[in-house]
Amino acid sequence: MSTPRLLEIKDLRVEFKVYGGVLKVLDGVNFSVNAGEKVGLVGETGCGKTTTMKAILRILPIPPARIAGGEIFFKGQDILRMRKRDLSKVRGSGISMIFQDPTAALNPVFTIGEQLGAVVQHARPENRRLSKRKIRDKAIIPLKEVALADPERLLDSYPIQLSGGMRQRVCIGMALATDPELLIADEPGTSLDVTIQDQVLRLLRVLVEEKGTSVILITHTLGVVRETTDRVYVMYAGNMVEEAHTRKLFAEPLHPYTQGLMQAVPKLTGGGIAEGIPGRIPSYLDPPPGCRFHTRCPRVMDICRRQKPPFFKVDEEHQVACFLYDQNHDRHKEETATL
Amino acid sequence: MQLIGFLSRRAFQAIFVLLGLSILIFVIARVLPGDPARTALGARAPQWVVDRLREDMHLNDPMHVQYFYWLTDAVQGDFGISLVTRRNVADDVKEFFPASLELVLFAGLITAVAGIGLGTLSARHKDKWIDNAVRIFSYAGVVTPSFVFAILFLLLFGLVLDWFPTIGRLSQDVPRPPTITGMMTIDALLAGQLATFWDALKHLILPALALAMGSMAQEARLTRATMSDNLTKDYIANKRALGVPERKVTGRFLLKVSLIPTVSIFGLDFAASLSNAFLVELIFVWPGISRYGVNAMLRKDLNAISAVILILGITFITVNIIVDLVVRGLDPRIRLRSARSD
Repeated sequence: MSTPRLLEIKDLRVEFKVYGGVLKVLDGVNFSVNAGEKVGLVGETGCGKTTTMKAILRILPIPPARIAGGEIFFKGQDILRMRKRDLSKVRGSGISMIFQDPTAALNPVFTIGEQLGAVVQHARPENRRLSKRKIRDKAIIPLKEVALADPERLLDSYPIQLSGGMRQRVCIGMALATDPELLIADEPGTSLDVTIQDQVLRLLRVLVEEKGTSVILITHTLGVVRETTDRVYVMYAGNMVEEAHTRKLFAEPLHPYTQGLMQAVPKLTGGGIAEGIPGRIPSYLDPPPGCRFHTRCPRVMDICRRQKPPFFKVDEEHQVACFLYDQNHDRHKEETATL
Repeated sequence: MQLIGFLSRRAFQAIFVLLGLSILIFVIARVLPGDPARTALGARAPQWVVDRLREDMHLNDPMHVQYFYWLTDAVQGDFGISLVTRRNVADDVKEFFPASLELVLFAGLITAVAGIGLGTLSARHKDKWIDNAVRIFSYAGVVTPSFVFAILFLLLFGLVLDWFPTIGRLSQDVPRPPTITGMMTIDALLAGQLATFWDALKHLILPALALAMGSMAQEARLTRATMSDNLTKDYIANKRALGVPERKVTGRFLLKVSLIPTVSIFGLDFAASLSNAFLVELIFVWPGISRYGVNAMLRKDLNAISAVILILGITFITVNIIVDLVVRGLDPRIRLRSARSD
């Protein structure tokens, strides 16, 4: 508890109102980032990673989304209860975000210069009154940082004139142009081919290392998490199920879901096809009671169906939301056996 | 360079469209039963006078020769003489067309400003009472024909409240402005006659509003739909997330991308309203080309019909080219794609 918390999410609940009812997507998410730390967030598609990140910046589309409860503290201030003016100070220079799909994240009818210029102009109060020429000069810097060739011409280009990799670099440049304290990278490069993806991630790693930026990295690729992050959260169906130092998590995954996730990684040395976890993410419209993973869990006990597991601390650097690691574990087992 | 290429290509296409239109008009005028010379001269004229007029009108020549004569005259702005009023058709068009153009331009202004304004308001306050109010209003606007609005406005604002005049383009006691464009408000402004301008504007408001209601409601609905859809896009979330203030996100980044469909539909609505203006012009006794055209059709006044159809066609093509230009200006994807195909 010596390092100060930069970001702390407490019991965040987000719902989406849809035609058939209410989707209870985030079901009490707890999450934190310390200053200077690189945190990984892994989980299947649709488990609520992006929703959590968008909630941090208050960019969820409301409606249909609704914050049903919880708090998000950034440097001690609750973002969810912030006034618009304070929020605008957090966005950009406080927390900034690289979006999953660079093509969707760039406005098709504005040039890179116009979009990047607007971001630069509002990144610092003193930039507000700069001339167009000066803004342009400043907007070139992030493009150079992400190693894009001919940045001068790029400023006058429209997104459709760029390749996918270039667009992703532009998005990274844009997110870093505000010089943020915390950078959220939502699966950067997922929409790119593997070699470009690797380049982009490498570049990102170098840049945040240089600036000492704290990072939340969302990804499907466990290898990337292992190489890049200090600490990892595993998310399943709107819940955090495990949190540990990266090294620990890979050495000894505890939650049955995390174990399944690790086994699902195809190995270069092994033969055959890697096994996935049977079943799929439950419906958010009518999520299973108790632990949301119990429908797919190979080690399910009776209590899992009734009660939602809290985080159990295994040691200082590892906690897991699973009754298997409860001190009363044996009793739970007996109960299950007698039934 | 790109722009010049686009414009010359469109002008070239327009020539063929107009040529096709002129053939159509010519054929329709000739296949109608009855002898135009006899119609023009009346039943009691002696046969030798009719024969001489037929000779003068080239009616004894083969069709393609007749078409050639007709076209050469039309290109020079000569549509002949109205068979009913004996007035020069070109003079009629010069008088009536600007009146309609003024009406439609002003209605277009109302449509654009109010339609986009209401749509934006609705999208920004989606599902709140203000959005619901705008939606009810626009449903009513879309389904109600413009003549109902015309009669309603005439009764309410013209007769009951007596805020606006209900007949014609200008009051009797106001000096007429010199004819420059033929549009009263603009001519009055150009001549510096403020009182005349004010009077002409007051005459213009009710018919223009009645004519604008339908397309305004349509534009409001379209703008709302596009905007509320675009509001959920990542490129909007991205600008918000990176600290660009809301005012700029919606006022600049959202607006430009959302206006593209609105402008395209606006062009169609605008051109259509020129011919739809008939009932509104009739109700407000507005001396416009629509009313003139319908009257000409009822009286089988061939020369006048040809002139009206041709002038409406030219207007339609011009408006379409302007709209395409604006859309190109808004959307680089169209610009770049057409540049690649050149």
